[in-house]
Amino acid sequence: MKGSIYKVLGLVLVAYSLIYGLLSPVPDLPILEESIRNLFYHVSMWFAMMAMMAGSFWNAVDFLGTDELKKDRRSTSLAEMGLVFSLFGLITGMIWAKFTWGAWWTNDPKLNGTAITILIYLTYFVLRLSIDDVRKKARISAVYNIFAFVMMIVFIGILPRLTDSLHPGNGGNPGFNSYDLDNKLRLVFYPAVIGWILIGTWIASLRYRLKALQE
Amino acid sequence: MRKLLPLLALCLPLMAWGQEDDKLMYGNGKIYVVVAVIAVIFVGLALYLVLLDRKITKLENEK
Repeated sequence: MKGSIYKVLGLVLVAYSLIYGLLSPVPDLPILEESIRNLFYHVSMWFAMMAMMAGSFWNAVDFLGTDELKKDRRSTSLAEMGLVFSLFGLITGMIWAKFTWGAWWTNDPKLNGTAITILIYLTYFVLRLSIDDVRKKARISAVYNIFAFVMMIVFIGILPRLTDSLHPGNGGNPGFNSYDLDNKLRLVFYPAVIGWILIGTWIASLRYRLKALQE
Repeated sequence: MRKLLPLLALCLPLMAWGQEDDKLMYGNGKIYVVVAVIAVIFVGLALYLVLLDRKITKLENEK
């Protein structure tokens, strides 16, 4: 029962953000208007994805140090959940882009960067499928995971900040922090991020336990 | 099927809600209707997760 507290907390926080996110007062912004509420849903997908990938990376490093296969299972389960969040983030971002920037896809460095990141992580799963030996699979994919995580930081966290970008906080654009992430938005956004990370961890743990059962 | 009963039970209060002349659900751009729909979907998914968790726990105990 003690281990379930984070699951309940995750459900409560996400339920709060889903519902109060629609009802809360939001700042009156040009072009964005009511769609600023997507901050609670679209952006939290990416934060959750980064957290899942960070957890996956951490377990990959841990596996290389300890050689315990359960760390490998944990690492892939988290990467799977991260991939799910990234696909949600990509699709919801395309919808938001269509109605604010005017196109489903722009050559924004952040969009292309996330597309490359998703491909890198898809390759991770293809790589795992291509190796039969369990230990060899775990070791090679753990090394690849470290590479993939670093590439994600470069493509999502660094490159978009160096060039022109439509995303806030990138390419000379002011971030949400500096002008429009006022306290009303924070009140929903941060609980949403924490809630999704907790639910993501929960689902990843289910995948992990299922993998352990299949062994 | 028996496990789905709680899900169906969830819909009952909403049906009752629709019957009465509820000012909350009819007024103000009807955003509360959307909120109710999202809440139902989310509660359903949450229950599904809980049941899945229980099922895996059961499997673990059998092993």
